[in-house]
Amino acid sequence: MSISIQNTGFSYGDTPILRDINCDFQTGGFHSIIGPNGSGKTTLLDIISGFLPPDRGHVLVGEIPIKKLGKRDLAKSIALVSQNYAVNFPFTVREVVLMGRHPYIDRFSNPGIQDLDMADKIMDQTGISHLRQRKITELSGGEKQRCIFARALCQDTPVLLLDEAFSNMDIRHTLHLLGLLKEQVQKAKKTVIAVLHDLNLASAWSDSLVFLKKGQILAKGQTAEVFTRENIRTVFNVDAKVEFNDYTQAKQAYFKAS
Amino acid sequence: MTGATEGSGKTRIWVLSFICILSLMIMVSLSMGFLSIPMKDMLSVIASKINGSLPDIAMAETYAAVIFDVRLPRILTCAAVGAALSVSGVLFQGILLNPLADPYTLGVSAGAAFGASIAILLNLSATYVSIPLFAFMGAGATLFFVVFLSWSPRQRSGGLSSNNLILSGIIVAAILSAGISFLKFIANEQVSVIIFWLMGSFASKTWANFWVVLAFLIFGFSIALYYARDLNLISLGDRSAASLGVNLKKVTIILLVTGSMLAAVCVSISGIIGFVGLLVPHMVRFITGPDNRRLLPVSLLAGAVLLLVADTITRAVLPNEIPIGILTALTGGPVFCWIFKQSRMS
Repeated sequence: MSISIQNTGFSYGDTPILRDINCDFQTGGFHSIIGPNGSGKTTLLDIISGFLPPDRGHVLVGEIPIKKLGKRDLAKSIALVSQNYAVNFPFTVREVVLMGRHPYIDRFSNPGIQDLDMADKIMDQTGISHLRQRKITELSGGEKQRCIFARALCQDTPVLLLDEAFSNMDIRHTLHLLGLLKEQVQKAKKTVIAVLHDLNLASAWSDSLVFLKKGQILAKGQTAEVFTRENIRTVFNVDAKVEFNDYTQAKQAYFKAS
Repeated sequence: MTGATEGSGKTRIWVLSFICILSLMIMVSLSMGFLSIPMKDMLSVIASKINGSLPDIAMAETYAAVIFDVRLPRILTCAAVGAALSVSGVLFQGILLNPLADPYTLGVSAGAAFGASIAILLNLSATYVSIPLFAFMGAGATLFFVVFLSWSPRQRSGGLSSNNLILSGIIVAAILSAGISFLKFIANEQVSVIIFWLMGSFASKTWANFWVVLAFLIFGFSIALYYARDLNLISLGDRSAASLGVNLKKVTIILLVTGSMLAAVCVSISGIIGFVGLLVPHMVRFITGPDNRRLLPVSLLAGAVLLLVADTITRAVLPNEIPIGILTALTGGPVFCWIFKQSRMS
């Protein structure tokens, strides 16, 4: 399922957050949004997820304008791994992961066999099965983040949005989950849109990149083409050396104190 | 797979055991008091009431009057208020994502107290109707003002954030309590009536009181149960809950109004009874876990039992009846301290 954003703008009161955004996220692609703090990355995800209605322009989910989709249909199309991974009450990990099945379960029904199997499968894949009966409030930040990630996968949607989903995870788990996503993108033709802070991870794993600064898109396109010294300089105001790295099989950027 | 079904099975056992405890407590409480009625006589009076006759025992008529006209309405009103305050507490803690929240967080108690004080001060006739009515209107007006105050059009998703709601509630309650102090100051000899009303009591409650609380309880509990799963998802945070298909704005408003109406009707019938709405959801969470579909029914029953025990102590055990609001705060406070410390230590 593709996502298309057309002439979209958004402001809080008089403060414009996003101006005239146009971009398409193709089906079966891993797309990353990168940009400095306060550039509007999370707001852009909020607009794609339908959390915020844009002031202007349209968002198309597949062929359908997002406004025309019911909340439940939207929840079956787009899942979100939010920046905020705090859960306020001591639910068990398994209960949290099962919450991902909410859009598929009728109000007064209990989760069916297929919902429970799905949750178990996802917990296996994401490596949190050993935590299943633990209270989520007692886990470390990285473990909580893995649970929230599993919760979104359990929603089983064609589109997955990630907002700093790896910010507290160690490198092994980050790579494991990125690998899992890549596999789903390639085999199941899922669409992943990720806000990432680590430019080198973004370069190594994404098919396409969007550079956001002050609410505007400064560059977008295939990763190999837009991941350049010039773009990094204009968007982040830092100097970098960018070169193809044999080991990661991707362009990587190197920084030094200036 | 077990998990989910196992949980609901355990909940069923808890619900059944609390229903048994509650029935037993009602029986015990009926027999206790100034006139102590032997359990055997009481059961025969109740049994014959169902048949529409009087049993052939000494003082049958007195016993029947004490049981059906005095004690039963008071006992049932008390149980219903305990239940309603606990359900309200679950709702407030769930929506405000704050385990410190209770039915009075949004200033409902201060609003009700202000309304009741005005009714007492104006010395309106038919106090049995006018005081609850004014208290209820005060609570309702306060709720709407607090929601209005914390509403922000810039926050497009929900419009209401829990911090803003809590803050508005505190501000409005502070203003109202100053207003209550002023009313007490100008009340002269009426001041003791106001003070007694504020401390809460179930003395001389009628069947009408019970039916009103019960109607609100059934209505409020049904709404709460209907949205129980949405309330679970809200604890994931607003963005995640919305991405799972929860209509945040609608669910928040409906549950806030439901919780506040439950609290308002309780306060207007029996005065301000603290700690039940805060304590019961906390204790019940230890047995059911945080899932609101299990927490709500068990809290309802546990709250009814707890408040009935407290009221029976003030009415029948203590040499002089003390206001129940004082008893719940004096006993509930230390218990809460202990629970809180235990959870810090583990």
